[in-house]
Amino acid sequence: MLALDILLSGLILGGMYALTALGLTLQYGVARIMNLSYGEFLVAAAFFAYWCFVGLAVNPLVGLIVVVPLAFVLNWAIYHILLTPLVRRAKNRDMLEVDSILATFGLLFVVQGVMLVVFGGQYHTYSFLSIPLQIVGVTVPINRLLAFGVAIAIGLAAYLALKHTRAGTAIRAVAVSPESAQLSAIDVRAAAAFAFALGGALVAAAGVLVSMFLTFSAAMGVNFTMKALIVVIMGGVGNMMGALVAGLLLGVAETMVARLGDPGLTLAATFALFLIVLLVRPTGLFGRSVR
Amino acid sequence: MRMRSLVALGAMAVVGWVLPASAQDSIKIGWSISKTGPFAAGASVTTLPNYQVWVKDVNDAGGIMLKSIGKRVKVEVVEYDDRSNSEEMIKAIERLATQDKVDFILPPWSTGLNLAAAPVFHQLGYPQLAVTANTNRALEMTKRWPGLSFWLGLPSELVDGLVETLTKLQKDGKIGKKVALLAVSDQFGIEQATAARAGLKKAGFELTYDRSYPLGTQDMQPVLKDAMAGSPDTMVAFSYPPDTFGITETARVIGFNPKVFFVGVGTAFPAFKGKFQANAEGVMGIGGSNADLPGVKNYIEHHRKIIGREPDRWASPITYASLQVLQQAIERVGKIDRAAVIKEINSGTFETIIGPVKLENGLNKNFWAVGQWQGNNFYGVAPVAKQGARAPIVPKPAFK
Repeated sequence: MLALDILLSGLILGGMYALTALGLTLQYGVARIMNLSYGEFLVAAAFFAYWCFVGLAVNPLVGLIVVVPLAFVLNWAIYHILLTPLVRRAKNRDMLEVDSILATFGLLFVVQGVMLVVFGGQYHTYSFLSIPLQIVGVTVPINRLLAFGVAIAIGLAAYLALKHTRAGTAIRAVAVSPESAQLSAIDVRAAAAFAFALGGALVAAAGVLVSMFLTFSAAMGVNFTMKALIVVIMGGVGNMMGALVAGLLLGVAETMVARLGDPGLTLAATFALFLIVLLVRPTGLFGRSVR
Repeated sequence: MRMRSLVALGAMAVVGWVLPASAQDSIKIGWSISKTGPFAAGASVTTLPNYQVWVKDVNDAGGIMLKSIGKRVKVEVVEYDDRSNSEEMIKAIERLATQDKVDFILPPWSTGLNLAAAPVFHQLGYPQLAVTANTNRALEMTKRWPGLSFWLGLPSELVDGLVETLTKLQKDGKIGKKVALLAVSDQFGIEQATAARAGLKKAGFELTYDRSYPLGTQDMQPVLKDAMAGSPDTMVAFSYPPDTFGITETARVIGFNPKVFFVGVGTAFPAFKGKFQANAEGVMGIGGSNADLPGVKNYIEHHRKIIGREPDRWASPITYASLQVLQQAIERVGKIDRAAVIKEINSGTFETIIGPVKLENGLNKNFWAVGQWQGNNFYGVAPVAKQGARAPIVPKPAFK
């Protein structure tokens, strides 16, 4: 029974980790933008959900329908206005990575500043769908289960789309080798912009979903960025399936250590697992050698 | 006549800048506060709003009375954002003293920043009413730096209040001896848990669970399920706001209902009541206030009107009271003489919203160690002997 409890609770926690990392793996893996303001966009979506629920008494899931397309358009615009000049002048991938880190580091403060002005710096939290559900004898809150379900759904859908559609193949080609992709008549810039915007839409969805059970404040974005980065690198940069599996693995490992060992060691377990994966497979669980 | 401390005179001499010789027509008050970075969440609940409310209140009343010039002077504010960074904070405080030449400096938020700032405040000769600092080394420090004062009670005193409450409940037969102890693994959690572990064992309690979890833990289920397995009568968690909310939420979901449910920092926040509504009833936590005191009652309403939300029920009323103490000390001295103001803060008795305040060796003794949500307020229940202490509701009503 304990094993089942650990597995289920761990998967649900891991689903949340994966959910908050799926967007970054697209932005970093395909668009090659190491988006340091990623967590800020997640928190911004969380604030949006908070405002819907507390301010307007609107169901955050309805907010989700509004915020996801909005985030897509916003991120698409950010890519075209802010990041395209960097892409243009970058001589190679590494240079783009460094430049994008600097640019999005600035963006981080802009987004954070706007949130501070609008919502203030204090902690925000609300209760939504915090209803216990019994699954094979294990108690699970519906809001966390929902986040888990969405993570699995997005992860699988993206995996299938990338594997079996033309656009998906183009995106994968861009992720592996933008130069060669160009030679096969793929519009690399459009594909990268699309991936970046889609990543932005996913992180907005994640923000709305986690706001239902996590306490957040305007300054908390960096925590999400860091965790997402671990998941992305562990799963293999640019690989949605990898991010999903890495997230779930971390969740189960943390829960196992907390229940069978000491909860104080969960952080150590996370990094130990991270290290082992990188030692055995330097490009991540599902990553392929790029160069 | 305007009196300035030697430090300020020295600083003026160095930059070769002479103030206009007009009579003092304002008091410059500066502060360095975390408006961005990880401390912003705490600072913008407890500290900054109270600075703003107090400045408005003082200026609406015409200002601070200076006997030496026979009139009230308004408060003028100089504010810096320290970005939750101690080096930035120290630079800002030095700049406030030497370049902005403010008359008084209000303290930053958090134990860490206040302890880092203490030598600088002392060196520059400014009083430091370090309300949001909480350390067992307080006495040693106020001896070394007389301008420094502490307001929330020592960590050991907060734990004593908790142990006292539990001991009384146990003697009255309301709870058994089994306690589950949780703590966030950083300085605050570890210090409090160490003190609580010793105190509880001495009082004959049995720890059925005793674990710490890392800062930023996003799932409290594993910890709480194991804590629940020992069927404790009491759960004590020395937690930070995100975990305080997380622990309470998770306990509700998994149906963990110990007779005493005690959580750490954040329990006293209005957001706690806002999130849990009726489920907050009977939850205990650090701090508390006596909302039946007319001063506190009016203050809560006043704060809500000006800031747009209610203050927290632990350090907020004390922060406001500390500013009242500062104002009264300045008015009693009657001029900008920081050394004399420090002396007055340390020796005088002051009437504030939380009642009379008289520092003992730089420590405020008018504080609550343990509070409990009863209706719409987070009332103080310990120290048990303190005037206005409420009888705790035990067992806590089960979560719905």
